[in-house]
Amino acid sequence: MIKQNITEYNNVWVFIEHNKGKVELVSLQLLSKAKEIARDLHCDVCAFTVGDNVKPLENEVAEYGAKKFYIIENSALKDYRTEPWRDSISHLISKNKPAVVLIGATALGRDLAGTVATVLKAGLTADTTALDIDPETKNLLMTRPTFGGNLMATIFCPDNRPQMSTVRPGVFEAIKNPSKMEIIKDKFSITEDEIVKKIIEKVQTGEDKLNLGFYDIIVAGGKGMGKKENFKLLENLANVLGGTWAVSRQAVQMGWAHHTRQVGQTGQTVHPKIYIAAGISGAIQHLAGMKSSDIIVAINTDDQAPIFEIATYGIVGDALKVLPKLTKTFKGKLKI
Amino acid sequence: MHSLVFIKQVPDAAQVRINYETGTLIREGVPSIINPFDAHAIEAAVQLKDKYGGNVSVISMGPPMAKEILKKALAMGADKVFLLSDMVFAGADTLATSYALWAGAKKVAEEVGSIDIYWTGKQAIDGDTAQTGPGIATRFNIPLVTYAVEIKEVDKQNKKIKVSRLIDGGMETVEVPLPCLITTEETINTLRYAPLPYLIKAAKTSVVLLNSGNTEIDAEQCGLKNSPTKVKKAFTPPKREKGEMLEGNDEKTLNALYDKLEPILKQCGKL
Repeated sequence: MIKQNITEYNNVWVFIEHNKGKVELVSLQLLSKAKEIARDLHCDVCAFTVGDNVKPLENEVAEYGAKKFYIIENSALKDYRTEPWRDSISHLISKNKPAVVLIGATALGRDLAGTVATVLKAGLTADTTALDIDPETKNLLMTRPTFGGNLMATIFCPDNRPQMSTVRPGVFEAIKNPSKMEIIKDKFSITEDEIVKKIIEKVQTGEDKLNLGFYDIIVAGGKGMGKKENFKLLENLANVLGGTWAVSRQAVQMGWAHHTRQVGQTGQTVHPKIYIAAGISGAIQHLAGMKSSDIIVAINTDDQAPIFEIATYGIVGDALKVLPKLTKTFKGKLKI
Repeated sequence: MHSLVFIKQVPDAAQVRINYETGTLIREGVPSIINPFDAHAIEAAVQLKDKYGGNVSVISMGPPMAKEILKKALAMGADKVFLLSDMVFAGADTLATSYALWAGAKKVAEEVGSIDIYWTGKQAIDGDTAQTGPGIATRFNIPLVTYAVEIKEVDKQNKKIKVSRLIDGGMETVEVPLPCLITTEETINTLRYAPLPYLIKAAKTSVVLLNSGNTEIDAEQCGLKNSPTKVKKAFTPPKREKGEMLEGNDEKTLNALYDKLEPILKQCGKL
């Protein structure tokens, strides 16, 4: 392993993920968390990104407390593609030597971080849910769930810089903290002809290729939903909450929903902020796919159902009656 | 069209229990399986072989007992299987792992011919990092296509492939020249039962053992010692306690539930 002079590395850098001229929420959450880390390390929070035109992002990045915003603009960097983004970002990082680099653990962020860390030969910790500074060594302590959330590990990177981490969205709160921000424009020379990857098309997710892991609110239904037509009740509530709906294995076996909506051991593993289980008894195979959700709300007619053993909040009642009422309550409160 | 699939041996998550006193996973007696996402990568490679010819090789890094999953890979249709097994690899983080697998893959290519597509699952179910595939692609300096859900088109003549992949909130189709590295989602295909000829082949084919002695792997880039990240501690998350049962299911109860969820909704940016 290459020995580095780690004292040369300074400041906490946050990757600004953006889509159609807007900053992704996770990047703002990380700017707020970076502020705490920078306080402990007595350094500054800096933001960085690449793209074809990142001007529209500047105000928001400054509002959330970045002191400096390192950018590279180039028309070849318009849409995210691993290789040109990796190379331009690696250029920024190796030139400016940050001590910490935080990237949202989105699909894009996890694709990007693994390649950048390899170019830089840096230590990278995936999908962390807690970040702390070791008071003695000043190393970043990155805690993450492994084994589907059954085991937690605290990772550190004692001898190498930058200390890189992808961080799970929704873990930290985005807090406004306006700062006078300096924009530092850098250049990276690359043309479209030099990029071998071409994007043929981009589409909204269709029913057959749904990734439940992208949602922070999931409304799931099981056998207690009674029939296929009733799944509209899940969808209605999910829409009000800005989430998506899912099902248990039994619901798939009854032919009520497609397998891609199935949560559980033979379906998808999810860890949303809120998981509402309606008419799901809570078989082990289902629990394995959702028990690491932050908050579990269970609705079931049987007050002895195993789902209540792990639910944060339980409501005994018929899901078909409770769901519409819940939708109405939330709709009124959320004013959507 | 030659493929090389990177697979990992993982404990069967369904059978792992937790020792809450020691804060560790109880792995004794738990069978090892091919990481489920990697199994779909093997299947995808075999399906391309069936259509376009060529061979499928599979490589894993791990202790000698990882031979078992390589035998399973043969039964799924792989032609040659390789195991990187050496104490110098022990304790590797993703950076050191991608180095060893990359170096091992170069050795495989010497034996089976130049590889057109490298494959691996999107992540392993034990570590859940999703970092090894991107690391290997970067070391080869070949295009990376993560979260693949469909192989749309293979242009054998011009050595190009079109792949659909999941992106945040949607899907995109990209075209890349070969060789490339693809990481697969479970939805890319359905696993088949091993046909009899494959089972016979699996019984007859032996696992090729690779180590620091018969490859050009630099031990100074391998294992725990050369891994920038280290584990400070591992612990079990607090056992999920039985929560609060809300009385009734009328408007008052649901309003109370809303009040409890409001801070979380705020955190998610829903308010």
